[in-house]
Amino acid sequence: MSIEVRDLRFGYGSGEVLRGVSFTAKSGELTSILGPNGVGKSTLFRCLLGLLKGYAGSIAVDGEDTRRLTAAKLARRVAYIPQSHYPSFNYSVFNMVLMGTTSQISLLSSPGEAQRAAAQAALERVGVAHLRDKGYTHISGGERQLVLIARALVQNARVLVLDEPTANLDYGNQIRVMEQLRLLTGEGYTVIQSTHNPEQAFLFSHSVVAMKEGRVLAEGPPARVVTEELMAALYGAEIRVASLYGDRVRVCVPRSVAEG
Amino acid sequence: MEENRRGRIALLGLGAALLVLVFVSFLLGRYPVPPGMLLRILLHKLLAGLGSLLSPLVPGAAGWGLGQSWDGSMEAVAWNIRLPRILLSCLVGCCLSVAGASYQGVFQNPMASPDILGATNGAAFGASLAILLGAASQMITLSAFCFSILTVAAAFFVSRLAGGKRVLTLVLAGIMVGSLFSAGTSFVKLVADPSNQLPEITYWLMGSLSGAKWKQVGLAVIPMAAGLLPLLLLRWRVNVLTLGDDEARTMGVNAGRIRLIVILCATLITAASVAVSGMIGWVGLVIPHLSRKLVGNDYRRLTPASMLFGAAFMLAVDDVSRNLLTVEIPIGILTAFVGAPFFIWLITRKGDAF
Repeated sequence: MSIEVRDLRFGYGSGEVLRGVSFTAKSGELTSILGPNGVGKSTLFRCLLGLLKGYAGSIAVDGEDTRRLTAAKLARRVAYIPQSHYPSFNYSVFNMVLMGTTSQISLLSSPGEAQRAAAQAALERVGVAHLRDKGYTHISGGERQLVLIARALVQNARVLVLDEPTANLDYGNQIRVMEQLRLLTGEGYTVIQSTHNPEQAFLFSHSVVAMKEGRVLAEGPPARVVTEELMAALYGAEIRVASLYGDRVRVCVPRSVAEG
Repeated sequence: MEENRRGRIALLGLGAALLVLVFVSFLLGRYPVPPGMLLRILLHKLLAGLGSLLSPLVPGAAGWGLGQSWDGSMEAVAWNIRLPRILLSCLVGCCLSVAGASYQGVFQNPMASPDILGATNGAAFGASLAILLGAASQMITLSAFCFSILTVAAAFFVSRLAGGKRVLTLVLAGIMVGSLFSAGTSFVKLVADPSNQLPEITYWLMGSLSGAKWKQVGLAVIPMAAGLLPLLLLRWRVNVLTLGDDEARTMGVNAGRIRLIVILCATLITAASVAVSGMIGWVGLVIPHLSRKLVGNDYRRLTPASMLFGAAFMLAVDDVSRNLLTVEIPIGILTAFVGAPFFIWLITRKGDAF
């Protein structure tokens, strides 16, 4: 399933936050939205998830306008994986994942055997089945993030939207979460994440959308998009891009460090 | 499945405790009814009731029942005085706790209670006003019920006028409208006749089930059933709603609509409870939390657990209220005696952070 954003415009009150955003996120690819705080990444995601509807332009999942879909139908196409959080009430990890099945059951019913089996399978798939009876707020941030990924998987959506999934995680957990996302793109999922970290774009992304002031500055493969000029334009920082391992990997280094 | 088993056992335990309490409550009181006699009276009533239902189908069913071997006044005490009171305490306890648990879920706030949107303040004003106007007891109940619903409706429309976060503005509007009505109640108390109306208002505000009659049970049970049923059926969706509107919506739950339905139903059962019992605080906050301790936060178990626990708790408190002293202690005072220390424990204990 691919997601196509065309000339998206949105404003809160007088100020325009999105000023014509267009890009395509393809099936089997991890697309990273890169850009400083306040460029409209969160607003863009709220539009993608159907939480904001008063926008101009269009968002289509496999050619279907998302605004025409009901909340339940959209949930079966696009899943949201929030940053690992602390909800007001603690639920078991298993029940947390089970909540992802809600769009598949009727309004007045509770999940049945089929939904429970799906939740168990999803927990096993992301490697946190041993946590199933633990309280969601009693596990680590990285584990919570994996649980939320499992929850998105039982939703049966093929598009996964993540808002800075690694922002609050330690280094080991960042790698675990990103590797999980890469596995999922390998299985044909469309993954869209926002990130502050240009190296994640190099290491894990297939495509990068660089945003500034509500517009797309550049879109394409990370090696082509994430350049020294772009980093200066995005963040106002002087950055050198270095190539490693026969250009299979690139890293960003501040010029002050790179050139002493 | 471990969690499931524990929850089931807890629910069965609560159910059993409630049944025992119901039986014990029949025996308590100034007029003694021996247990054996009580069982026979209840069985007789059951058979007679069944018989009159089946009489068009089964010839002779109308005469079913046990030979009367008891005093008629004993039957009157058990059947016309104690049973309606037992039923009404159970219903009120059940409704207030479920309303509290449901409000907590849809407001994502563990401190929410049934009066969060002003339902009890509205009822207090309605009852006081009716007493001031010299209304009969049925009219006082009706007025309390209507004003209770009216208060929440007013809070809801005020919050619609305001922008911003819906949940927050709704709670703020509830506090404002509620305090407006409690100012109204104060005014009514000021102008009420201090020799007869004022004591009646004061007594009503302290909460009591002493006036429980079959008629009241019959009236209250209709809105209560109408509110409880959707809350039971929607309890899985309430789980999803506790994660917040945005997450709920991305999981395909129409958060605004479910919240509206839950608020409507919780308000309906709160209004019905307060209208027949007066102001009974704390139950709607304390019982949901004790139930959470027992079965966890999953509303699939929490809602039924709150119902059973609330019913049992209110029944026990009412037994104390009518038997501890020679005069009845208003039940609202007793629940406050239990509730306030519990609240202090809740906010000072270590462990789960709120």
